[in-house]
Amino acid sequence: MALAEKNKRKKVLIKGNEAVAMGAIEAGCRFYFGYPITPQNEIPEYMSAHLPEVGGTFIQAESEIASINMMLGAGATGVRAMTSSSSPGISLKQEGLSYMAGSEIPGVVVNMSRSGPGLGGISPSQGDYFQATRGGGHGDYRVFVLAPDSIQECYDLIMLAFDMADKYSNPAMILGDAMLGQMKEPLELKKYEPKIFEKKWALTGAKGRPAQYLKSLYLDDGELTEHNWKLFRKYQRMKEDIRVEALYLEDARLVVAAFGSMARVLKSSVKMAQEEGLKVGLIRPITIFPFPQDFIRKTSHQVKHFLTMELNTGQMIEDVRLSVEPGTQVDFFGLPPGSLPAPDVFLKEIKKAYSE
Amino acid sequence: MKQVFKRPESLIDVPFHFCPGCHHGIIHRIVAEVIDEYELREQVIIAASVGCSVFMYDYFDVDVIESPHGRAAAVATGVKRARPDNFVFTYQGDGDLAAIGTAEIIHVANRGENVTVFFVNNTIYGMTGGQMAPTTMIGQKSTTTPRGRDPQEAGHPIHMAELLANLAGTAYSARVAVNNIKNLMQAKKATRQAVEAQLEGMGLGFVEYLSACPTNWKMTPAQACERVGQELIPAFPLGVFKEFKAEAQAKAG
Repeated sequence: MALAEKNKRKKVLIKGNEAVAMGAIEAGCRFYFGYPITPQNEIPEYMSAHLPEVGGTFIQAESEIASINMMLGAGATGVRAMTSSSSPGISLKQEGLSYMAGSEIPGVVVNMSRSGPGLGGISPSQGDYFQATRGGGHGDYRVFVLAPDSIQECYDLIMLAFDMADKYSNPAMILGDAMLGQMKEPLELKKYEPKIFEKKWALTGAKGRPAQYLKSLYLDDGELTEHNWKLFRKYQRMKEDIRVEALYLEDARLVVAAFGSMARVLKSSVKMAQEEGLKVGLIRPITIFPFPQDFIRKTSHQVKHFLTMELNTGQMIEDVRLSVEPGTQVDFFGLPPGSLPAPDVFLKEIKKAYSE
Repeated sequence: MKQVFKRPESLIDVPFHFCPGCHHGIIHRIVAEVIDEYELREQVIIAASVGCSVFMYDYFDVDVIESPHGRAAAVATGVKRARPDNFVFTYQGDGDLAAIGTAEIIHVANRGENVTVFFVNNTIYGMTGGQMAPTTMIGQKSTTTPRGRDPQEAGHPIHMAELLANLAGTAYSARVAVNNIKNLMQAKKATRQAVEAQLEGMGLGFVEYLSACPTNWKMTPAQACERVGQELIPAFPLGVFKEFKAEAQAKAG
């Protein structure tokens, strides 16, 4: 609200990283704890400049580990808090993610991922899909993960991420990448419609109520079993909020499955294929966790050929294979990190699969 | 009849699980008494730690958030920044604060976070069964220094109270012991000072309590208490290393 009104403009030309930060502030995030790493530095920079204007708090922590634990502390008091990083930094935040999920504390983590493993490089990559969807932290927990494919979605989905974190009292994640973080597009600012979630569990001091605690340590017999089943039921409920984008599925003979920046380029490739008369559709999971398993299964009733395309050596393809009906052919085209080619490069791969 | 001694309101009426002769119970009690004295119970949010003190939520009748091993100071930062009117403290052992949590405690002090840190130094990892801590003394046997700590191999005992006193954001830093009545009174005084540092918005208040671990030192409670006086105190001198009040007075001239 504050920013959209203050800017007076409806449309701004902005980087994905800045869009994430603007959307977060718009969604009521008032606490940001981060640590520099390329290619997401515009997020902490934007937050340091603009959070004080709305009475918020910015801290540049001494490490990724400290920053997510600051978020854990702030989130435990019921406020909307956020941290962001890029791949190697997200690895360090996994400890805090596991504790937050275990203690049922909401918070939003942004991963503008780069290429790995290890120090890797700073180019776009989708190599963190496994880590984002399966959790790099320890224990039986799930994180709600959204994968934007445009600067507009960086802005819109961070707002949704805050709502989902509060709705489920669980960490939520935005998985973008270097391309989305660094490229500029027109962004339509909009007012966030606040969703109020009751937070009776929030730690505010035991005034006028019994003391309460947020913890993940359960030692009594059967206690942790019940807690883990509770977390699992929460994950089942998260499936209500699955989002997926689908194009040209009606009479498709081949379905391309992709997410994030890869799907963004592929939209052009698939459109080019359509113009050439090829019946090629596209499925883009917007929530990559929970994965739109049912949607893909239903699609595979009518389309028996899928092509999963990713900026890695094959990660989401495992979820696609798990989702489709038996007898469905699932091919893969992967592009490990580097620059993202133009749509015609992918069109060739689509045609190759289509002709098989 | 006037009641002169009672259970602090900030402590729940349940027996501690600590081993016989462990000083955690005494230090828990000191902290709770001071919280009561300042009427802070309803304002307190504890950032609990990992180690023998992990069950703070079973003993303290206040709001408690669990922190990962070593991260309590970072968690406390987030809590206090979000709730500046609450009284926020951590309670951490040496394995927690002086090993895995070194970065967090140094930076919470350096930023001058307005929180209080109670640091229990028994020179050993208690809960995990007696391994070497950063504070383990030269020559001290532990399960990972079976021949005694050799500084050539394992480095030297770390002095947290002195180290943190050097940082500008630290308002108060002291080392105390609870091995006899005189030291216990000093410990309580230091605890009050560390609490006041936060109440007055001066920055980090830090108290290091020298503490006995009879189980892992393989001593009787009485021997362990004697060791605190005979070995620990000479190596880890008691005293106030940073005094926000004295400095404020000196500046005022």
